Amino acid sequence: MEALGWWGVPLAVLGGAIRASTPFLFVSLGECLTQKSGRINLGLEGTLVMGAMSGYGIAYLTGWPWLGVVVAGSSGMALGALHGVVCSRPRVNDIAVGIALMLFGLGLAFYLGKPFIQPKAPRLPAIDLGWWSSSPQVRAALEVNVLFIVGAVLAPALLWALNHARWGLAVRAVGDSADAARAMGYPVNRVRLLSTVAGGFLAGIGGSFLSLYYPGSWNEALSSGQGLMAVALVIFARWDPVLCFFAALLFGGAGALGPALQSVGITWGYYLFNAAPYVLTLLIMIATSSTRRTLIGAPGELSVTK
Amino acid sequence: MRPLGGKPRGAAEALIIPAGALAVSLILFGIFVAFAGANPLAVYRTIYRGAFGSWFSWQNTLQRAAPLMLTALCTALPAQVGLIVIGGEGALVIGAVATVAMAAVLPGVPPPAVVAAMLLAGMGAGGLWIALAGGLRHYRGVNETISSLLLNYIAIALMNHLVTGPMRDPAIVHRPSSWHVGEPNMIGLIPGMDVHWGLVFGVVACAVTWVLMEHTVFGFGARVVGGNTRAARIAGLSVGRLALITCFIAGAAAGLAGMTEIAAVHGRASSSLVAGYGYTGILVAFLARQNPLAVIPVAILLGGIEASGGLMQRWHDLPDATVLVVRGIIFLVILASEPLYGRFRIFQQRTA
Repeated sequence: MEALGWWGVPLAVLGGAIRASTPFLFVSLGECLTQKSGRINLGLEGTLVMGAMSGYGIAYLTGWPWLGVVVAGSSGMALGALHGVVCSRPRVNDIAVGIALMLFGLGLAFYLGKPFIQPKAPRLPAIDLGWWSSSPQVRAALEVNVLFIVGAVLAPALLWALNHARWGLAVRAVGDSADAARAMGYPVNRVRLLSTVAGGFLAGIGGSFLSLYYPGSWNEALSSGQGLMAVALVIFARWDPVLCFFAALLFGGAGALGPALQSVGITWGYYLFNAAPYVLTLLIMIATSSTRRTLIGAPGELSVTK
Repeated sequence: MRPLGGKPRGAAEALIIPAGALAVSLILFGIFVAFAGANPLAVYRTIYRGAFGSWFSWQNTLQRAAPLMLTALCTALPAQVGLIVIGGEGALVIGAVATVAMAAVLPGVPPPAVVAAMLLAGMGAGGLWIALAGGLRHYRGVNETISSLLLNYIAIALMNHLVTGPMRDPAIVHRPSSWHVGEPNMIGLIPGMDVHWGLVFGVVACAVTWVLMEHTVFGFGARVVGGNTRAARIAGLSVGRLALITCFIAGAAAGLAGMTEIAAVHGRASSSLVAGYGYTGILVAFLARQNPLAVIPVAILLGGIEASGGLMQRWHDLPDATVLVVRGIIFLVILASEPLYGRFRIFQQRTA
């Protein structure tokens, strides 16, 4: 650390941004898709933890971490389907179902995950983009996981699909006005169900990153609310998948601030710096919300912005 | 049509549908534990024995129900004005921290005065915390569900900061904790029972807020706001004031739960305050259909299920997270039963 001194802080924040942003990225892309269809799924925190547990368990039992990623996505799909089906019934509040699903997902993950706290599962491989540097800090910061790259490609792809693909237009039509979409012949509930299932799939994969790469273990305190923060992150990113990518980097970096400062000897306020992403989200929501108009880019059917 | 349950069409309907949903959840849970190799009927019996089977388990249940009543009010009261607040956990923590701080600035003051000051501090801090979410909603249009959720995390981080730094008691090694409020300032147990005073606070708070919401001009105004904000504004009601006061009372209830956790249980603030009472309280509020009076029996029921967790672990070798699974199943089934209201002819009021 002596060689870098204070430069270690921004470098660690950058490294942290790349490492810690992946779960944010996947959950927020999934949530973005779900919210675009006019529903909000607050239960992605439960989905994330369930994905982390199931991915870790499968990777440990089979020795294939990538199979764990697939299973994590599938368990996320199952929870997403549960949300979609319950919300399809009349007069059911999607926010309340999300809270219920969060509690259920966490409970189920802790219940089934008990045997996997001790054993060590194989980790996902990383790509070393810092090979050119002799500094171990630079190399550590630029060690990039494949999932991060997948997410970085997925973000513009999702943006393109929402604007140009047929299913993307269907999602947006349903999200902006259920009545208009119904008149155009779109099956509103089915589109929303599928968007929530796809959102759950992505959130589950985000969870598998937590347990299979960074921090790379399974325990009950694995998630620090990334799944919940991603909901606010989507609003912050104005329902734009590419902006979600940058917002995820920002949130990942903000979360790395506390540990980075601690590594150069600043231990004061460690927990306060840990709260940085939450405070940031709240401040951004205060700055951008208004009582007079709905947010620019907000899906018209979304309950939290109506 | 009120957005969050609200006034049921008939008392029988409001009783039978949740009871039916509860029965369905228990059946689903039975299937679930059967997969884990446990006998569902034996597990049901264990839940009953652990929750209500003896005076000992009743006391355990009531002890857990007390904070649930108070945190449930934190969701049930804002629901009357049409807000979904889920910040009970944060308000509880903030109320607890304020309680400890208040006791610390009053050394040498007679205990009854300190207890009164701690009550005001805990309720005031919790009230302001949730009023902040309500105010942001009213003045800035910030969604109260998300802001109250973020405030939970901020409150917990703030407490962790204080108990590891400025308020830390260095004598406690195993878990960073604040100073103790002082043995004479502890409020202790209800005479003749092994249950602390939080139960009385909880029951009184539920009864008082029920009267406030159902039988006063203020409560009527608040429910009009919840039913139709625009109509309330046209009728000349000060929507913001009603919403903010309701949020303050809601937060004060959760803050009171934090105060009793300090002054009757822990004596000092630490991470053991973050026990999920706030989140179970949300479930209690929804199960009680946001009715403050119905919160009392529902909190006892949920408190009972939590109290039986230890026995389930010991007798059936089920993990301690089993209670969380039951809680999640009940919550989902209750919400899924929402469309059933008004569907059964026998519940409809007969018109001549």
